Amino acid sequence: MTNTQTPVTEETAAGGGIHPTENKFTSWLSHLLADLGKNGIFLALLAVVIFFAIVTDGILLRPQNISNLIVQNGYILVLAIGMVMIIIAGHIDLSVGSVAAFVGACSGVFAVSWGLPWWLSIILSLGIGALVGVWQGFWVAYVGIPAFIVTLAGMLIFRGLALVVLGNANIGSFPTEYRALGNGFLSNVFGDLDLDPLTLIVAAIAVVALIVGQFRTRVARQKYGQEVEPIVWFVAKLVLITLAIGFFAYALASYKGIPVTLIVLAVLVLIYGIIMNRSVFGRHVYAIGGNRHAAELSGIKTRKTDFLLFVNMGVLAALAGLIFTARLNLAGPKAGDGFELEAISAAFIGGAAVQGGVGTIGGAIIGGLIIGVLNNGMSILGLGIEWQQAVKGLVLLLAVAFDVYNKRRSGGK
Amino acid sequence: MTTNILEMRNITKTFPGVKALSDVTLDVERGTVHAICGENGAGKSTLMKVLSGVYPHGTYTGDIVFEDETVEFKDIRDSEAKGIVIIHQELALSPYLSIAENIFLNNEQTGPLGLIDWNKTNHEAAKLLARVGLKENPTTKILDIGVGKQQLVEIAKALSKRVKLLILDEPTAALNDEDSDHLLDLILHLKGQGITSIIISHKLNEIKKVADTVTVIRDGKTIETIQKTDVTEERIIKDMVGRDLEHRYPDHTPNIGAEILRVEDWTAHHPQDPTRVMVDEVSLNVHAGEIVGIAGLMGAGRTEFAMSLFGHTYGTRISGKVFKHGIEIKTRTVSEAIKNGLAYATEDRKHYGLNLLEDIKRNIALASLDKLSSNGLVNDNEEYKIADGYRKSMNIKAPNVLAKTGKLSGGNQQKVVLSKWIYSDPDVLILDEPTRGIDVGAKYEIYAIINALAAEGKGIIVISSELPELLGICDRIYALSEGRITGQLPIEEASPESLLKLMTMEKPR
Repeated sequence: MTNTQTPVTEETAAGGGIHPTENKFTSWLSHLLADLGKNGIFLALLAVVIFFAIVTDGILLRPQNISNLIVQNGYILVLAIGMVMIIIAGHIDLSVGSVAAFVGACSGVFAVSWGLPWWLSIILSLGIGALVGVWQGFWVAYVGIPAFIVTLAGMLIFRGLALVVLGNANIGSFPTEYRALGNGFLSNVFGDLDLDPLTLIVAAIAVVALIVGQFRTRVARQKYGQEVEPIVWFVAKLVLITLAIGFFAYALASYKGIPVTLIVLAVLVLIYGIIMNRSVFGRHVYAIGGNRHAAELSGIKTRKTDFLLFVNMGVLAALAGLIFTARLNLAGPKAGDGFELEAISAAFIGGAAVQGGVGTIGGAIIGGLIIGVLNNGMSILGLGIEWQQAVKGLVLLLAVAFDVYNKRRSGGK
Repeated sequence: MTTNILEMRNITKTFPGVKALSDVTLDVERGTVHAICGENGAGKSTLMKVLSGVYPHGTYTGDIVFEDETVEFKDIRDSEAKGIVIIHQELALSPYLSIAENIFLNNEQTGPLGLIDWNKTNHEAAKLLARVGLKENPTTKILDIGVGKQQLVEIAKALSKRVKLLILDEPTAALNDEDSDHLLDLILHLKGQGITSIIISHKLNEIKKVADTVTVIRDGKTIETIQKTDVTEERIIKDMVGRDLEHRYPDHTPNIGAEILRVEDWTAHHPQDPTRVMVDEVSLNVHAGEIVGIAGLMGAGRTEFAMSLFGHTYGTRISGKVFKHGIEIKTRTVSEAIKNGLAYATEDRKHYGLNLLEDIKRNIALASLDKLSSNGLVNDNEEYKIADGYRKSMNIKAPNVLAKTGKLSGGNQQKVVLSKWIYSDPDVLILDEPTRGIDVGAKYEIYAIINALAAEGKGIIVISSELPELLGICDRIYALSEGRITGQLPIEEASPESLLKLMTMEKPR
C-alpha cells in the first residue's frame, strides 16, 4: 500500500464530496425506500402468497401444501440457481430440461437396470451432467458459438439421447434411498409426534445463525466506517424474517418434517450465495456480464469463466433430473419438459437483466417460489393448465417490464 | 447571386458546460474543394453536424445560407433533400447488403405496387459506380469489398441523392495510399462536374493536393481562411496549435531513474485484414519516474500499439520484444501483462474500462482481486476500505463507494479507472487519452495524479491527441505516424510545430 497516497491539492478539489445533511426522518425514509426497491421481489412474493391465501380460503398455507410447495418446485429452484448465473454472465441455457431428462434416464439405467448402489448411481449421474456441461461450455466458451444456439442444439440432442437411453420405455422403481432425494423427509428421529422436534430445532439454529451472522456483518461494517441501516430497521427486519421462518418451520413440523429436497436446496443456496457474493469467481461472472471487454482488459479469463459456468449448469441440471426422477420414482421420456422455461422465468422474475450483469441467487429462488405459488394456487383453484400457462407468461412479461421501467426511470440506458 | 454555395454565419453551439462552437463563420465557394483543418476536438465535426442537421435548427444560434436561401434543417433528411450529404468517418453501410442495396437504402428504386425493381436498382447502381470509378458488380456484398471501395460506395450513394455539397469527414483516415490517391482524384473529378466538397482532414499533403481554400478551426473558433496559393504547412500548423498555454498543468520536477520498460520492434497487424500493418516496428523505452508521451493523429496506431502490447488485446501477427529492467518479459495475455507490472487505462472508459452496472468499490478491485482474497473468497470490508481510501485520495465525487459507476461524471469515472490500475500496483502505466471528455478542473486533478505516480518512481506512458497536454506534462515525447515512431523529442526541444511535423511525416515511398 505504498501507492494509494495520491494527494490532490485542496484548491483543485472544487465541489468536494456530496454529504447532504439529512435529518433523521428523511434518512430513515430513504433507507426504507431503498430497501423496498431492493426487496421489491420479497414484497411481490408476499403479495402473491397473501392473494392466493385469501382466494383459496387458506388452503395455500396449510402445512401439507407448504411442504408440497417445496417438494414440487425443488428441481426448478435447483435449475434457477445455475440459470441465473448463466444469465448474469450474459448467456442463456435452453437445454436444462432435456439434460435433466437425459441424466434421469441414465440414473435409471445405473440404479435400476444395472442395479448399482444408489450413491454410485447419483455420483455417476452428476458426472454425466458435468460432461454435458463440458460439451456445451466448449462450444460456447472456446469456439464462440452463441449459447442460445449451442443450448438449442443441446435441447434436441439430449432429449434425443434420453429417448435412446430409455429405449422408448419408462424405467421405474428406484431404491428407497434414491427416492428420498425427491420424496424423503427428515423426521421422526424423536418418535412420531404431532410436531416434529427436529424441524423446530433446525429452524431455531437457522434463526440464531442468521441473527449472529447479520450482527457480525453489521459490526464489521461499522468498524470499517461503512454506513449501516438504522438499528430500528435492522431489528425490525430480523424480527420479520424470524417470524417467517418460524411459521414455515411450524408448518413443516406439523406435517412430515423437513423434506430432503429442502435440505439440498438450503445447502445449494448457501454455497452459491457465497460464490456469487463473496468469491472471486462470482465477481468475475458479474464483471463479464456487466462489460465483457472491460473484464478482459482487467485480466479476467472470460473463456474459462464461461466454460465453468456451463459445467456447473450441467451438474445442477443433472441434480434437478435426479430429484425429479426420484419424486416420480420413474425415469420417463417426457421428464423435464419445459423446465428450462420455468428456470429462465424464475431468474428474470427474480430481477436478472436480459443483457447480463445483474441478478442474484436469492432473487432467482424467490422468482422460482413466485412461479411455484402461482402453480400451486391456481391448481387449488382448479384452473386448467391452459390458464396457468397464460398467467405465468403474463407475470414474466410484467416482471421484466417493471425492471425495464425502473432502469429507464433511474437513468440507466 | 453570389458565388458562394454555402455561408454559415456566426454559428454558436453549446453543450451542457462546454461551448463547442463560438461564432464560427464559413463561406464555401461553389465548385471548389474546401478543406477544414483543426486538432481533434477543435469543433470540426460539430460544425458539420450543425450543417447537416444532425443538430437541428434551434439547438444552435446563427444562420446557414445555402444557395442564397436561409435554411433551417430539422434533421439529416432535410439537408439531404437540399443536396447536402455528409459521409462520416465511420461508414454507414450495411455489411450484408449488396452495393446496390446500400446505395439506394431508404431511397429504394421501386416499380408498380411499391415492390423493388431489381433491374433498375442494379442498373442505376452500375451507372453510379462507373461515375466513381469503382469496378465492382452492384450485387457484391459490402463486406466482400475493402474499406477503400466502401468509401467509394458512400460517394456513389451521395451522388444518387443528387448531391450538390459533399462533406467528407476524414475520408482517408482508414485508407491505404493507393485508395487515398484514388479518392482524392475522384473528389477533383467531381469538382469538374460541379460538385462542391468540404473535406475535413489534418493530413496537410492531401489538403495541398485537393483544396482550393483552407479554413482552420481551433477551440471552436474560425482562425482564418487561406487561399490555395497562400497555403503553407507552417502557417496551418501555427493556426491549428496557436493557443496560449496558460497555467493549466501542475508543476512537475522530473526525477528520472533507470530504464524500466523497453519495447523493441513491436509490430501488429489489423485483426480483420492481416495485410495491413497497424503498428510498425515501434521501439521505445520508459525510465522510472518518467512521463513519456506518445503523440499521433487519429488512426496513427496509438491505441493499437498500447492494446497489442497489453495482453495482445488488439491485432494479429504481433511480434517484437519487451524488456522490464533489462529482462525480457511476455505480455501475451492481460493477466500476464498485469503480473509483469503493466497497466493500461483505456481511452474508452464506457466500453473497455468500467462495468457501469457495478459500484465504485467492485470496479476498483476488479484487476486486483487476488490481493483482496484468500481461498477464493473476497474480503468485502477490506475492499470497501481500500476503495474508500481511493475515493478520498483521488477526490472521486460520490457519497460513498457503493455508488454505481454508471452514474458518475466522466472525470470521476476516469478517477475510478485510474484507481483500479494504481491499486494493481504496476511499474508502468499506459494512460490512453486520460483526460478525454473531462472538464478542465478534473483534468488538472488527473495531471496531479500522474505527477504523483511518476514521483513514486513509476514509468508513465501518456497517449494523447492533445498536443498542449503532452507538452504540459511529459518529460519526453514520441511521435507516431502510420504506425511508426517518426521521432522523439525531449520536452525542451518539443513544440507543437516540431511534433506536428513528425506526426504528419509519411512513410518514404
